[in-house]
Amino acid sequence: MTTLQPPVAAEPRPAPPPVRRDRRSWTGWGFIGPFVAVFALVFLAPIAYSVHLSLFRDQLIGGTTFVGLDNYEQALQDDRFWAALGRVSLFLCVQVPIMLGIALLVALALDSGRLYGKNFFRISIFLPYAVPAVVATLMWSFMYGTRFGLVSDLNDAFGLSLPDPLSPDLVLAAIGNIVTWEFVGYNMLIFYSALRVIPNSLYEAAEIDGAGQIRVITAIKLPAIRGALVIATIFSIIGSFQLFNEPSVMQKLAPNAITTDYTPNYYTYSLSFSGQQHNYSATVAIVMGLITMVIAYVVQLRGMRKGV
Amino acid sequence: MTSTVTPASAGPAASPPGSAVRLRTPRRPHSPGRPRRSVLLTVLTSLVLLYSLVPLVWLLISATKTQEGLSRSFGLWFDGDFALWDNIAETFTYDDGVFTRWLLNTLLYVVVGAGGATFLAVLGGYALAKFDFPGRRAVFAVVIGAVAVPGTALAVPTFLMFSNMGLTDTPWAVIIPSLISPFGLYLMWVFASEAIPTELLEAARIDGAGEVRTFFTVALPLLAPGIVTVSLFTMVATWNNFFLPLIMIKDPDWYPLTLGLHSWNAQAATAGGQPVFHLVVTGSLITIVPLIAAFLMLQKYWQSGLAAGSVKE
Amino acid sequence: MRKHSSRRLLRGTALVCALALGATACGGSDDEGSGPKTVSESDVQAALKKGGTLTVWAWEPTLKQVAADFQEEHPNVKVNLVNAGTGNDQYKALQNAMSAKKGVPDVAQVEYYAMGQYALTEQLTDLKGFGADKLAEKFSPGPWNGVKAGGEGVYGLPMDSGPMALFYNKKVFDKYGIEVPTTWDEYVDAARALHKADPKAYITNDAGDAGFTTSLLWQAGSRPYQVDGTEVGIDFTDEGAKAYTGTWQKLLDEKLVAPVTSWSDEWYKGLGDGTIATLAIGAWMPANLASGVKDAAGDWRVAPLPQWKAGGKASAENGGSALTLPELGKNEALAYAFLEYAGAGEGVDTRVKGGAFPATTEQLNSEAFQNTEFPYFGGQQANRIFADSAANVADDWSYLPYQVYANSIFNDTVGKAYVSDTTLAEGLKTWQEASVEYGNEQGFTVEK
Repeated sequence: MTTLQPPVAAEPRPAPPPVRRDRRSWTGWGFIGPFVAVFALVFLAPIAYSVHLSLFRDQLIGGTTFVGLDNYEQALQDDRFWAALGRVSLFLCVQVPIMLGIALLVALALDSGRLYGKNFFRISIFLPYAVPAVVATLMWSFMYGTRFGLVSDLNDAFGLSLPDPLSPDLVLAAIGNIVTWEFVGYNMLIFYSALRVIPNSLYEAAEIDGAGQIRVITAIKLPAIRGALVIATIFSIIGSFQLFNEPSVMQKLAPNAITTDYTPNYYTYSLSFSGQQHNYSATVAIVMGLITMVIAYVVQLRGMRKGV
Repeated sequence: MTSTVTPASAGPAASPPGSAVRLRTPRRPHSPGRPRRSVLLTVLTSLVLLYSLVPLVWLLISATKTQEGLSRSFGLWFDGDFALWDNIAETFTYDDGVFTRWLLNTLLYVVVGAGGATFLAVLGGYALAKFDFPGRRAVFAVVIGAVAVPGTALAVPTFLMFSNMGLTDTPWAVIIPSLISPFGLYLMWVFASEAIPTELLEAARIDGAGEVRTFFTVALPLLAPGIVTVSLFTMVATWNNFFLPLIMIKDPDWYPLTLGLHSWNAQAATAGGQPVFHLVVTGSLITIVPLIAAFLMLQKYWQSGLAAGSVKE
Repeated sequence: MRKHSSRRLLRGTALVCALALGATACGGSDDEGSGPKTVSESDVQAALKKGGTLTVWAWEPTLKQVAADFQEEHPNVKVNLVNAGTGNDQYKALQNAMSAKKGVPDVAQVEYYAMGQYALTEQLTDLKGFGADKLAEKFSPGPWNGVKAGGEGVYGLPMDSGPMALFYNKKVFDKYGIEVPTTWDEYVDAARALHKADPKAYITNDAGDAGFTTSLLWQAGSRPYQVDGTEVGIDFTDEGAKAYTGTWQKLLDEKLVAPVTSWSDEWYKGLGDGTIATLAIGAWMPANLASGVKDAAGDWRVAPLPQWKAGGKASAENGGSALTLPELGKNEALAYAFLEYAGAGEGVDTRVKGGAFPATTEQLNSEAFQNTEFPYFGGQQANRIFADSAANVADDWSYLPYQVYANSIFNDTVGKAYVSDTTLAEGLKTWQEASVEYGNEQGFTVEK
């Protein structure tokens, strides 16, 4: 991960380092120190503790024993874990492109200056981000109801027979819809802001060349916001792999469709809180963290390096 | 919005290196010629708009209904009785007015937690951008790596640590973890590397200003738009924080709003409990109104400070 | 340079680790003297006089008044009543506090099904040493069986109980001329008749609920869990279980139960508009109906729980909870005084007035209680049916010592029967296997 740089480093033009650095000294620690200290307390220490936990096994009867890497061996052979990982991978491959795609299209539309009521669009589409995930899930769950919800009203009104969004086959899509709803506006805004700061000189050059809209988008806009696209993708990957709030709230309404090992994060939660299997839960979390890191790293490498 | 583009907003994602600060002319539409407004594009975008707003409309309409009305009427239209004001009044008075307490708690968590998170991110981003110190490259890598570990599994270890330090059931158990915003750090890093010309810092140092003074007098003002952006994101994250308080706080007197609403919602599922879905709905509405107000008021600042990135928290 | 910094980082981490590890290190063993503590009546009186602060974790709404009265009666005592979450949420918090050995409440509400785990691992105080075993006669058999948690000790005092009854929407039954079922076979027939008459209406809702299923098994005479200390047997194939799966499978196959989750918004709606026509549930339900389904006041009535054998009187407990003394809590004598007050003393009447259902025979058999007319049920004296049910609960049922976990995976396993071609019997078999596996992993000796 050491190659992660601000997107400036990935600028198309061959350039000297973007900012001339001060002489190498410890002064910088004075500024980053507070962040690192708190970070160590709330992230690194629990992680270190989890690594420690993952080497033991605690039983209701019999107490704690050191088991070395047994837990890891178990995790690697755990069908429930791999099924959960498969589920979020599917989610990742479908939901993230859709969400980022819509966000990008809306951002481009806003940026094109061809919309009526641009500011209203911008703020309204962003609003769902302000809604807590718990509330958002409750709202959508209501609308998903086939008996009393919006789905049922639509069925009655138009004589449709829409399938139950909370059935096992569709519930992943139902969750994907909620997550998309929550984060489209957020990502849209990030893309839009990146688009807004593209220097006019680039457009002027394109104008002289007589480039069309599509050409302007592919040749100027998209390359210019590559950094934003990559970081949005990385954080979306992490978000997908850590999917928890939405399934856990919906589980109460669709208990048979959303199992307690539905996503890796939900699985670690159930292991830890329902089963008191803290040790194994820590192991699964660490394995999941490693997998996430590797994927984020690969995306970042490819995303930043692919030539323009 | 064009008039608010400040020099510092020449965001990093796009600017050519070496020209960190650049006065930009107020932005004109940049496509060839002056673009005609497009009805088709507006209609297409309206679909996304509709998608975004319909659930909020449901929330708004539902907040006007009584507990019974919620059950008997169509979700997207009003019930006979218009009970919004009664509901708001009841939300604030139910259970000895505990909602007000939750609101104040949330404000405390937001001011201290999100404020602190922004401050730490600004300091850290500034350091990453403007200093070359040992371990600089490792810092962000470690941050991203740590964020990749599922938080739910860290909850118990964190709880045990905090409990041992006597922090559980105190506001600190919510505030301290809120102080870390990895995305905020990234944003400030990117922003600071663009917005602060190194020459200015060097000039200040030659004048004999210490590092701290240089930071506060030279760097901080230049970072203002970025700070507004980061503080908005940390504010939303803290305002909507749910999972950690759920583990850490057992005393309803220290609940944030999200947890309080959760407890009202759960109350329907217990023997002898009174379902108060109408208060949950109205409370939810009241919970998001301040955030929306903050967005609207600050929007001219924050969008100019946004750079690149996305995080789900 | 770089090496240097990473070493420094490591050192920093090690420091915080040490801090973290401290938490586990002190989570080791400190078994101070085994055998139940003894606290005499005079100890309790002395503690009351001396006073102090009690922290009580409970979500039961009527306890608020009880705590207020208790404080009034004993001015030196302050009761700090905390709603630390409902059911599972609270157990998670309790478990966390117990692991941290900090912040454990002095009194905690625990449902009967969840007591086994705490009792077995000695995280709850055995109240025999307080003289609680002498209170056995005061309570009806179901709840008393609950606080014994399958062992010899007494791990709490029953607070409320949930002898089952059939709540039905009389208006709906009358409208379609359907008889109130007295056996589960009649229940299935009623379900068919109702759904045929109104395709939107269902006899009841069931989306897979461990508590409900185990209660019906209990009533059907099935005893799936055999517990003897750490020796556990699990078997869902006895006669009672077969009776249950046979009947219930029909309801599922013919789609006669609404797949609505209990306690959801949708559920309350269904109870109000007649699309969910009956509930076989604990006797604590009237308070919930009265506050949550106001629109249907007067529509509902109560009948005895349908039987597996015609003419039978078998019943079972559904839900209900006790007040317990966590081992790590403080002020035991004072805490016990509160337990007695709320569970077997004056607090019981206060709670009954507030709409709770008692576990004490004195209240259950009293004239005033039995003659209470429920306006919600059109003036019916529903408590007669409940009290009768309470007296007919078989008291040889036991839950697993890790029932909380087992219930948490109910929908992962048995739940399949509600949404796919899997049968209930197959689902129960999967549940059994998963429960056996977990038990063995946790150090129990589990046999199928």
